[in-house]
Amino acid sequence: MAKQQYKAVALLSGGLDSTLAVRVLQDQSIHVEAINFYTGFCVEGHTHAIRRQDQNKVKRNNALWAAEQLGIKLHIIDVIEEYKPVLLAPRHGYGSHLNPCLDCKSFMVGKALHWMQEHDFDFIITGEVIGQRPMSQRRDTLPVVARESGAQDRLLRPLCAKLLPPTLPEREGWVDRERLHAFNGRSRKPQMALAQHYKITDYAQPAGGCCFLTDASYSHKLADLWQARHRRDYELDDIMLLKVGRHLRPSPDFKMIIGREEGENNFLEGYRHAFIHLRTPDCTGPLVLIDGQPSHADLELAARITARYCKNRDQARVRVQITPPDAAAWELDVAPLAADAIPAEWLL
Amino acid sequence: MNRHTLDARRLLCPMPVIRAQARVAQLQAGDILDVVCTDPGAKNDIPAWCRMHGHRVLAIDEHNREITISLEVGSGE
Ligand code: SF4
Repeated sequence: MAKQQYKAVALLSGGLDSTLAVRVLQDQSIHVEAINFYTGFCVEGHTHAIRRQDQNKVKRNNALWAAEQLGIKLHIIDVIEEYKPVLLAPRHGYGSHLNPCLDCKSFMVGKALHWMQEHDFDFIITGEVIGQRPMSQRRDTLPVVARESGAQDRLLRPLCAKLLPPTLPEREGWVDRERLHAFNGRSRKPQMALAQHYKITDYAQPAGGCCFLTDASYSHKLADLWQARHRRDYELDDIMLLKVGRHLRPSPDFKMIIGREEGENNFLEGYRHAFIHLRTPDCTGPLVLIDGQPSHADLELAARITARYCKNRDQARVRVQITPPDAAAWELDVAPLAADAIPAEWLL
Repeated sequence: MNRHTLDARRLLCPMPVIRAQARVAQLQAGDILDVVCTDPGAKNDIPAWCRMHGHRVLAIDEHNREITISLEVGSGE
């Protein structure tokens, strides 16, 4: 009788570790398919799709690209809505910024468990390595993920499995534990060596983590959004806009999102229907969106700031057009604000 | 064979792929889906996704920052 082929679903980010985890199991004739969860915060095409200076870089989704190199199917799953409670009220709190890594990992493995059951797969694999990340990948937190996700011993981490108690696939002999790994700590050397062994040369290297929530400036802007709205919540458009432009908050009542170059201006144009927007009709300048409830005086200040970022900023007066989303445009003739008149604390 | 259109304009990578994936799941083999998007990343991502799931990209057209990727739905394997 032919040996049964077991099936594993992999959490694939496209980074080296998750790619290697898949490769190690492929070596053991396991059928692997991958899933990738899109929370809205993932470090992916956005920023380089927006900024014009980056238009010539290769734009590709890291997970899709890695899956194709590995010769496996990838399923990208939208979890934007379901992710909200994970980020807004994480049971285990946040990492160094607004990254709820431990809850996030449990959530994702839990979703993978559902997928596994629905598609008749046998177990789940991740590229986690003990000691690699301060919050979610410690010896004491790896079991938390296995437990809280519900995956229990159907969760296998091929890169550090030998340092952990044997999981179901190992005990049942679906995979050979001896041919798994014992990687530990922050050194990347064992991964590099294994990559070389498998001739994997091109992979994504995200700095810091897999999502924007590990970024200090992004987290600051998100916290500001919650504070200004007096509630912790967000829509996809909110979190996209936090990735684009210069954000200035001159008052608690309103915030300005200022396009820094043509690509960003084009992107912000897509939001004109929902925000008051400002521009300088007589010269090249930014497209500015206003988020909040500005008074007339606030709009005058916003116009002076807009003028400060346009090409005619050295002139005495600049014409600024103000267009509400549902009313006719009107104009202000203003003196551009001096660069040193913009306090550093306005910048988010 | 039916022809359908998916508006994925203004959506950023990987949303166009996610929307295309959901739409294709409702279509029959042989149907054609025109995905209209504005994120240039889709020019790589949608064809890559099609290759791995057995769908065929028929054409990629680009006009004024709008990209239309036409794909023919495969039989599922
Ligand atoms: S870095 Fe972001 S995506 Fe990765 S585990 Fe932490 S919160 Fe989740």
